[in-house]
Amino acid sequence: MALDKQVDWSDVGPLFRDGISVMFGGFMGVGTPDGLVSVLREQGTKNLTLIGNDTAAPETGIGPLISDGHVKKVIVSHIGTNPVTGKKMIAGELDVDLVPQGTLAERIRCGGAGLGGVLTPTGVGTVVEEGKAKMVVDGKTFLVELPLRADVAILKAKRADRAGNLVYERAARNFNPIMALAADLVIAEVDEIVDIGEIDPDHVMTPAALVDKIVLARRQ
Amino acid sequence: MQAKEVIARRVAQEFQDGYVVNLGIGLPTLVPRYLPAGMFITLQSENGFLGLAPLEGEPLPGVVNAGGQPCGLMPGAAMFDSAMSFALIRGGHVDVTVLGGLQVDEEGNLANWMVPGKMVPGMGGAMDLVTGARKVIVAMEHCTKEGEPRILDRCTLPLTAKGRVAMVITELAVFRITHGEFVLIEHAPGATVEDVRAKTKARFAVSDELKTMNLG
Repeated sequence: MALDKQVDWSDVGPLFRDGISVMFGGFMGVGTPDGLVSVLREQGTKNLTLIGNDTAAPETGIGPLISDGHVKKVIVSHIGTNPVTGKKMIAGELDVDLVPQGTLAERIRCGGAGLGGVLTPTGVGTVVEEGKAKMVVDGKTFLVELPLRADVAILKAKRADRAGNLVYERAARNFNPIMALAADLVIAEVDEIVDIGEIDPDHVMTPAALVDKIVLARRQ
Repeated sequence: MQAKEVIARRVAQEFQDGYVVNLGIGLPTLVPRYLPAGMFITLQSENGFLGLAPLEGEPLPGVVNAGGQPCGLMPGAAMFDSAMSFALIRGGHVDVTVLGGLQVDEEGNLANWMVPGKMVPGMGGAMDLVTGARKVIVAMEHCTKEGEPRILDRCTLPLTAKGRVAMVITELAVFRITHGEFVLIEHAPGATVEDVRAKTKARFAVSDELKTMNLG
């Protein structure tokens, strides 16, 4: 029988330490595990490096972690919807590394797929190319973009079985499946946990082998 | 007719039945209103799906557009992850993208993601879209609120992508950029080529087949 990966909320806190890098699923907070974000916040975790699409808004997604000063660096494609991120960046309190969204997705995928990097045309001739190696393939110029990994990935899924097979809901999928590949510890917050065998194997979006812990979302 | 409506109506004429289209936020989202009756396009949403539709009724969990706002899904819509979404975008599987612009120049360069010292929102998906979509249409008002030209000999703001703009559509003019040549192909009803020149800081050729924009 496969391992039962469900843990209680009280087991989650000790999994996080100060100074870790955390990949978070979500696009403008949709697909971000709010309960896991709350744990990071409530236990006062410090000096986090956050990797994800965007910094949402001050009170949504991972926004509260930035507002409350838990974060030293973000690697994201967009900060425009969260004025706190911009303020802290200008004040020198937060390091912001902006990465084109498609490049971010591929760097994370590379980090989890055993690849040494990816060649992308995105960013050629812009500030994004600064300091990066280039390669010409069939006469076309590409940037060499390097893999990204994190200590922990925090994911949000609609449904899991006890082994950790995941199914996402609509556009809440976004970065979650690729982040499941690219972190040493993968924790998924899910709305529903079902017995092993209840999810059709054809419907599994992230295989259980990638998921270390699952925790049942608290009802809103 | 307001400038935005003029622009949206003219952009709609560039679409063809069956196109996969990605629309930037703001003005570009007005374009589908003006599609000819019977034309069907599929809208791609960078946060991970094909088949974006307007919201009807109550918002549904997880169904949001690339601005994070509740939206609808067309019958036959398909959801996927961000790597697939940008494989579609970068891989030439999106026929057209329509984006707003801060500046465009005569080499087809676009700047629309930051103003140093003032606005640094991040590029989001814009760089990938402008790099990878088969055709890039910039839809913007011809001048800034202060009346300064946005179509320049050289962009002064940081670029979103180099040499990728195929068309620029404003309330005053339509330009096509082919083989590095910036060509005026249409002007607004009642406007002249001189009117366009007066508000444009790029060198441009005038098409032999110059037309008046058809906004009917």
